[in-house]
Amino acid sequence: MTAVAENLTQTAAPAAGPASPTGIQRSAAAQFAIERAAIDKSTSVPVLWFFATGISWLFGATVFGFIAALKLYFPNFLSTYALTTYGRIVPAYNLAFTYGWCSLAGMGVGLWLMARLCRVPIKAPGLLILGAILWNIGLTLGVWQVLIGQSTGLDGMEMPHGAMWMMFSGFLLIGLWAAALFRARKEALAFISVWYLLGAFFWFPWVFAIANLLTSLSEVRGIMPAVVAAWFNQTLNIWWFTAIGLAAAYYLIPKVVNRPIHSYNLAAIGFWSFAFLGGLTGMLRLSGGPVPAWLVTVSIAANIMMIVPIATVTANLLLTMRGSTQMVYQSPTIRFTLFGVVMFAIGSILSVIASLRSVDKYLHFTPWLEGQQFLLLYGFFSMVIFGAIYYITPRLVGCEWLSSTLIKFHFWGAAYGGTMVIIMFLLTGISAGGRMADPESLFSQVIGSSLEYLAGRILATFLMTLGHAIFAMHFLLMLLRIGQPGGSATLFETHDEH
Amino acid sequence: MSRSTPLVAGIFGSLAVSVFAMVLVPQSQIGGLQAQVDRDKDEPAKIIDTYPTDHVRYGAKVYASEGCVVCHSQQVRDTQNGEDQPRGWGERRTVARDYIYDAVPFLGNSRLGPDLANVGSKAWRNEQENDPRRPAKRDAAWHYLHLYKPTAIITESNMPPYPYLFEKRKISGQRSADALPTKDVEVEEGFEIVPNAEARELVAYLLSLDRSHPLKEVKSETLAPAAAATAPVAK
Repeated sequence: MTAVAENLTQTAAPAAGPASPTGIQRSAAAQFAIERAAIDKSTSVPVLWFFATGISWLFGATVFGFIAALKLYFPNFLSTYALTTYGRIVPAYNLAFTYGWCSLAGMGVGLWLMARLCRVPIKAPGLLILGAILWNIGLTLGVWQVLIGQSTGLDGMEMPHGAMWMMFSGFLLIGLWAAALFRARKEALAFISVWYLLGAFFWFPWVFAIANLLTSLSEVRGIMPAVVAAWFNQTLNIWWFTAIGLAAAYYLIPKVVNRPIHSYNLAAIGFWSFAFLGGLTGMLRLSGGPVPAWLVTVSIAANIMMIVPIATVTANLLLTMRGSTQMVYQSPTIRFTLFGVVMFAIGSILSVIASLRSVDKYLHFTPWLEGQQFLLLYGFFSMVIFGAIYYITPRLVGCEWLSSTLIKFHFWGAAYGGTMVIIMFLLTGISAGGRMADPESLFSQVIGSSLEYLAGRILATFLMTLGHAIFAMHFLLMLLRIGQPGGSATLFETHDEH
Repeated sequence: MSRSTPLVAGIFGSLAVSVFAMVLVPQSQIGGLQAQVDRDKDEPAKIIDTYPTDHVRYGAKVYASEGCVVCHSQQVRDTQNGEDQPRGWGERRTVARDYIYDAVPFLGNSRLGPDLANVGSKAWRNEQENDPRRPAKRDAAWHYLHLYKPTAIITESNMPPYPYLFEKRKISGQRSADALPTKDVEVEEGFEIVPNAEARELVAYLLSLDRSHPLKEVKSETLAPAAAATAPVAK
């Protein structure tokens, strides 16, 4: 199967081919290039649309997140309006961030990868755009409903059902296309990214529909909606966001460093352990809670065994990078993606440690959980998606990014700001957890002591927002076709060929 | 059979395993729980009193709509899993049967504020037992003032105030019984601040939160040390 990967990476950068190709190879390569151009053209409008709306949501989420961080520190800030009370802003932030930025940008990347790896153009891009519009309308409606006080109160599923189903109908138009691309594929053997993408586009609608259907049934009552919501949140983390992030990383790293994936067997082991164990980690958030103990124990055991996919995937990606580490200094895509992969490893290991009962009893209910979530969705997922957007967009608009300095600013803003936010969350979690375990301490002081860290978070959010603003502006310039002439990628610095 | 069949089948299989183990089995185990029946009395056990009144159920909706669950959990862990009980949030762990009448179980994931699983019970406290700051009782008047201006009660509180759940009214004749006390809340002469309908429902809901009734499946854990403390000490 390595041959497939090799084939894929060789077609990635025809200019970088080591030897001059023979006539037959050249004509095959030319044909391949024509086919790829046709595929890129067919995906251009819908994928850019996903990116553009996703980036807009990233801004919406940043505003909500900023208000929330300020309100935690200054509780009286904007407190006279129901619309901006803390308990409404936080779910609005989460919805905008996960379903707006992460899901839309992730779907854009996923569809582009699917079309390219299956070597099939998208025949009716209008349907994809319609899907994206429905998703956006549903999400806007849902966020608005939460802000005006129609939240269901169920963690992670605050959106009222009407808005949820509207988003779902939008997804069906998108997901069915992903399935159609897979069916019509020209490559007999599916590349590992396609496995993850097929999984993501299959798991998401099922998990989404099952969770929403069950929570609206009268038979699912009492504690069960909380069980369903816990399962929904965790499986979405794994089977949707992590799967898309890994699919992108598995594509981008071999492609940019122009080497096949280190081991296809490792990749397969990683995928199958990820698929089966990931689905059983659902009850981690209910650890210590009022549910049967076996349920939580199964999830903890599965989460500990998740070390297998974490280790194999990380090792495989890093070994693929071996000998090409200088690419981190040159390629924006690699810098973002590698940062994401390292964060994936760190975040997953922390999640395993934090899930142990003896650790969880301290960290449960503290901001540690939020930190872990942010580590996954920003440190890993968003960074890989940024890398993917830097790779994909030039191929869709026909020109290269205007300035490597702007990309650099974005990277440092996102990397420093994001890391600081994560560290602040995790430290707050440890500090609050330690004090909460001492029943002699007054509760309000437990929380008061952690507010200092939250002040640091506000500062870090500033940095991130700055990075995002630069990124959005750069992306807008690309949409307006203002950039460097196409052909050679915008790199951080150019080295002389030896 | 296409070469991708194992891939598609495997992905489907992982979903089936997950749904079965994490959703369907729990639903069959705890989805149909009924109120505990004490055989000798042959009447339903007291679970948050009884089936909640409409007033209380609307209060739960306000609780959901204001996002109280973002900062307040409603679950008491056993003593091996945390210090919830020594903190005074409950005298036993909560179990699935404690939530059977909830329209939405507000378990919560985060505690930026104290746990509220038993906030309506007399024994609930968020301070040391002998702390002078512990209020004599947390009744409706206490909750109204706390919702309107948390810092009037706990100076360092970082709970947001909810002024929009109250209205300013001209006093005509007698002051309203549940008007906020003038010593804590500034208001112009001749006016008073009273909770609106939503605040009343919310407070009714909060006062209904009491999961202290003994259940067969869970033993009271704090009873043991208390009993030990009262036992005569051999000298």
